[in-house]
Amino acid sequence: MSNEKNNAVANYAIALGDDALVIGQRLAEWCSHGPFLEEDLALSNVALDFIGRARMFYQYAAKVEGRGRSEDDIAYFRDAREYTNLMIFELPIGDFAFTMVRQLMLDVYSLAFLEQLQQSNDQQLSAIADKAVKEARYHLRRSAEWVIRLGDGTAESKQRAQAALDEVWGFTHELFEVHDSEVTLIEQGIAVDRAQLKSQWDSKINQVLSQATLTRPEDDWSTNGGRDGLHTEHLGQLLSELQFMQRAYPGMKW
Amino acid sequence: MEIIPVVSPLQLKRQQHRLDSPLTHIWQILDQVKDPEIPAISLWDLGILQAVYLAGEVGDEQLKVIITPTYSGCPAMKEIQVDIKKALTNAGYPHAEVELKLYPAWSTEFMTEKGKSDLKAYGIAPPKSSVNSDHAVSCPHCGSDDTQMISEFGSTACKSLYKCHDCLEPFDHFKCI
Repeated sequence: MSNEKNNAVANYAIALGDDALVIGQRLAEWCSHGPFLEEDLALSNVALDFIGRARMFYQYAAKVEGRGRSEDDIAYFRDAREYTNLMIFELPIGDFAFTMVRQLMLDVYSLAFLEQLQQSNDQQLSAIADKAVKEARYHLRRSAEWVIRLGDGTAESKQRAQAALDEVWGFTHELFEVHDSEVTLIEQGIAVDRAQLKSQWDSKINQVLSQATLTRPEDDWSTNGGRDGLHTEHLGQLLSELQFMQRAYPGMKW
Repeated sequence: MEIIPVVSPLQLKRQQHRLDSPLTHIWQILDQVKDPEIPAISLWDLGILQAVYLAGEVGDEQLKVIITPTYSGCPAMKEIQVDIKKALTNAGYPHAEVELKLYPAWSTEFMTEKGKSDLKAYGIAPPKSSVNSDHAVSCPHCGSDDTQMISEFGSTACKSLYKCHDCLEPFDHFKCI
């Protein structure tokens, strides 16, 4: 591979790793705060799957870019401006309804995305997708069940689930906006054309929302810029916790 | 005569690799290495251990051990690598290299029949034969099929929580993926 192509692939893998790491960190915030024991375990398990996914992407990026950085350097020594995750991943966990509604949005997206990434010409990206897609299937099964249960539940749970949906909706559009850095990689059959995933996402989301008796919000606002390193104020706060030890004691090991 | 396969193609490929391998003694050493989270089952029977071979020039070969993670976030992988190195070093092979490969992605199809019965004896219901199988998960304690899933997630990434309506015992089920 040429240098330019290597860099493009490495940056792409880092962006995918950022998506996974940031949501993994968010879900891990529930550890010991879950509504009950089984749910606490479930959230931590899903968090672990995402952190594992982030590690696979970062390890690959570190290898491809060949700058001597490790997966840990990529995770711990970049500022918010250098993180290229999409914004929906970084939003605070909110209440349990927000966590599960956001997770449904992401799980439907992740499954569709990974099924396409399995077809990538890049062998390692395809291998990572093969591994992660199996996990995405049961993540989705669970978040869909929860959203149905909350939406079609009590007046309180329904109101919370609807409020969560209204709040997160504007952040979902960015999932399907192809970034400039991805165009060439898509042409080369390496990256996934996210715009193509929208109709599949819509139909699954509509089906779950209707079962959950929730109202699909209007498409009246959206955010954009995560892949350019533009974020909400929440990412910096998340990173300050995630990176604290390495920032205070650079290079420390357990 | 038509031959009805009793093992999956993935499993067959693994078994064939081991049968064809001249490194019988290495395989036997590695059979002693168990999963740190489920010490009842060996890495081979769990399907984590994929291949063993010699790489490099004749006379200057290096022993390579290929493993694959069950789940991408499995926190035991590091320990498993260390355990393999330790077992081989103790047996006189200090220079072996343990390599992690993601492809082919681990599946419960990699698990051997012995592995499944070891799991059951340990009190964990083994994975179903296929992801789409709607056959009930049998209780590893009393064998009843009258069981219910309590949570898709258990004490480790690879397990889900069940309870048995007959003997009333809770148990772990090794998820089928």
